[in-house]
Amino acid sequence: MANQVGNYSLFIALIASIFLIFQSYRLTRNSSKNLDSKIFSVLSVQSLMVLISFISLVFAFIVSDFSNKTVYNNSHTTKPLFYKISGTWGNHEGSLLLWLLVLTFFLFIFLINSKNLPKKYRLLTLTFQEVIIFGFLLFILFTSNPFINLFPIPKEGTGLNPILQDPALALHPPILYIGYVGTSIIFSASLAALVCGNVNKVWASHIKKWIIISWIFLTIGIMLGSIWAYYELGWGGFWFWDPVENVSLMPWFCLTALLHTIVVLEKRNTFKSWTIILSITTFSLSMSGTFLVRSGILNSIHTFANDPSRGVFILCFLFFLIFLAIIIFFIYQKNISNSSIRTYLISKETAMLVNNWFMMFFLSVVLIGTVYPILLEVINGSKISIGPPFYQKLILPFLIPFLLFMAIGPNLKWVKDHINKIKLEQPIFLFISILISYLFTTSYGVSYLFSVPMFGLGFFLFFLTIRDFFSGKSTLSQKIAHFGFSLFILSILFNGVLAKEYSSNMKVGDERKFMNKIIKFENLKITQELNYQSLTGEFNISDDRGNLNLKPEIRIYNQPKTLTSEADIISTIYSDNFLVFNVLKDDGYYNVRYQHKPLMIWIWLSVILIFVGGILGYFKKK
Amino acid sequence: MYGKKVKLRALFILLIFLSVVLTSFLIFKSLEENVVYFKSPTEVKNLAELENKKIRVGGMVKKNSIKTNDLEISFIITDFQNELIVSFKGSVPNLFEEGKGVVAEGFLEDRNYLKATKILAKHDENYMPPEVEEALKENN
Repeated sequence: MANQVGNYSLFIALIASIFLIFQSYRLTRNSSKNLDSKIFSVLSVQSLMVLISFISLVFAFIVSDFSNKTVYNNSHTTKPLFYKISGTWGNHEGSLLLWLLVLTFFLFIFLINSKNLPKKYRLLTLTFQEVIIFGFLLFILFTSNPFINLFPIPKEGTGLNPILQDPALALHPPILYIGYVGTSIIFSASLAALVCGNVNKVWASHIKKWIIISWIFLTIGIMLGSIWAYYELGWGGFWFWDPVENVSLMPWFCLTALLHTIVVLEKRNTFKSWTIILSITTFSLSMSGTFLVRSGILNSIHTFANDPSRGVFILCFLFFLIFLAIIIFFIYQKNISNSSIRTYLISKETAMLVNNWFMMFFLSVVLIGTVYPILLEVINGSKISIGPPFYQKLILPFLIPFLLFMAIGPNLKWVKDHINKIKLEQPIFLFISILISYLFTTSYGVSYLFSVPMFGLGFFLFFLTIRDFFSGKSTLSQKIAHFGFSLFILSILFNGVLAKEYSSNMKVGDERKFMNKIIKFENLKITQELNYQSLTGEFNISDDRGNLNLKPEIRIYNQPKTLTSEADIISTIYSDNFLVFNVLKDDGYYNVRYQHKPLMIWIWLSVILIFVGGILGYFKKK
Repeated sequence: MYGKKVKLRALFILLIFLSVVLTSFLIFKSLEENVVYFKSPTEVKNLAELENKKIRVGGMVKKNSIKTNDLEISFIITDFQNELIVSFKGSVPNLFEEGKGVVAEGFLEDRNYLKATKILAKHDENYMPPEVEEALKENN
């Protein structure tokens, strides 16, 4: 039943989408003042239909309706209810339906919230957005339909990949998707504004809300994925420069650049073409993210077995949208007139441009690092991978000037400022920071390249952002976000330099010495849970300061039969103690990995500060 | 001769152009140094010469080949045509199991022996490296 309901609702939504594309485009030529009420009702029907189809899929997952192929492939009766529900979007088909749901929902909110803007602009945004919705509907219905019937009906499902059965990962896709889909509104709205010729201050303050919303969700989404990788994959790091991770980072760089330029457009009515180009790029990157992850092209540890025909569809659709955007951009570019007020070299505008330059640089590094292996494989068939050293070597040295500009930039004035106005305190802060970092690196024997200026400028930004809370000229949201970023950089640097790791193969009762610590494998407990068997290791780590008891777990899931290891992490505000173990084979040996990670929790806390800055920016009154 | 505005614009374009050149130079230079090639055991066998560079070898962990002692793990990677012995000190991922796909990253000692610095396994329990899949098809 649910299958048919879901399927037909999608077809109705498809018809509604065709109607909306033509109707909204036709109405842009019409001069009446109000939006046609027909448009609103059809749009409501469409949103309702997509919602119904999503709910029927969730329902099929909850009642374990195995006549549905998606449910059969991704669920199991013994799974806890929470993971039955999150299983809805833990797979390809369901996650696309979620994309679509957010897409229609956002469009609805957009139309309600833009009542004071020109009618033609709203209608055109609707047209572009409906083109995207139409493409996704086609894609879902014909290449990845979540409502395929199975007959005869299987008795039991094959289960959800156990490493996806995790609270952080249950929330990660919806939140990341809200961020991705938000960029589609920015894309449609920019094109519409370009065609209507209203790329101006009013438009900027309206679209800024959407940029902030997408940016907040993208930031949270990336963080959740990273936290999950930290404790679930057992690698003990938070970022691996894996292609699937990079793909979510690329739109983030672009969106962050956009977040800065839109302020310039709002305040100074300039950088118009650049804003439009950034909007188009951000959305293209979000789309190609979905394409790269879903097509299975990426040579990544994260990739799940996939169907290449889907990739081809998304690729064609993506090229169509980019092509459309570029054509519209060149035809209507004459509509843009930048204000002719002169801007001087030393000004906030320049500082924003500098930010954009760095964002584009980081973006190019990540983009080339991700795409180059794919290109090379297509060209000469050789398979390569590009590891963390590539990214570190290219990004770290550039962080030094980046941090410097980030510390100084926010306090510059619009239009024109003077160097000689720089107060004495800035060089003093810089000197103190470099001194601290010099003392630190020599006393800890850190001998990495650039470590003194890196730490030094990290501290410099930290001090200056704290000072700005008392005397700065910019908004509170900016101060909090930049302060969060300085904290983020410092925790990453300390964490990277001071982290210690030890791994060994141990039997129950074994003892190992590591640094000044003694690691003891005391006991192993076996218990039976609802859908898995659990092996809990009891470890004791002692040094002259005290004792730690860590209980990592190995889970042997029955459906599908898979091993996962759950790390045990003891977090304090100073450091994380991380222990994970693994079965090798039935000879009594367990592969044990212990990590001591200083300031780990501050990495997450600083990211939270960064997006709290974004949330404040959203609610800020004009 | 030219107005100030034109000069400024030309300077701006020149700056963009220079930064693009600089960026691509840096990126491609760094690419050359940090590329890790991915080979199957058969491709390793057929290597013309051994370089002292990091390499990734992918295949299946041979049944009954994992050996463990206090410090090291050793196992055999196979693509069902050729085999390669791998020794490794460190921690292995969840899905590292006999009969499952694996990727070992490290340095080749000779054409039969790899000293691994990292072991990777795919998240998907049904995953199989494409080369292995092809090799299996050929054998059947």
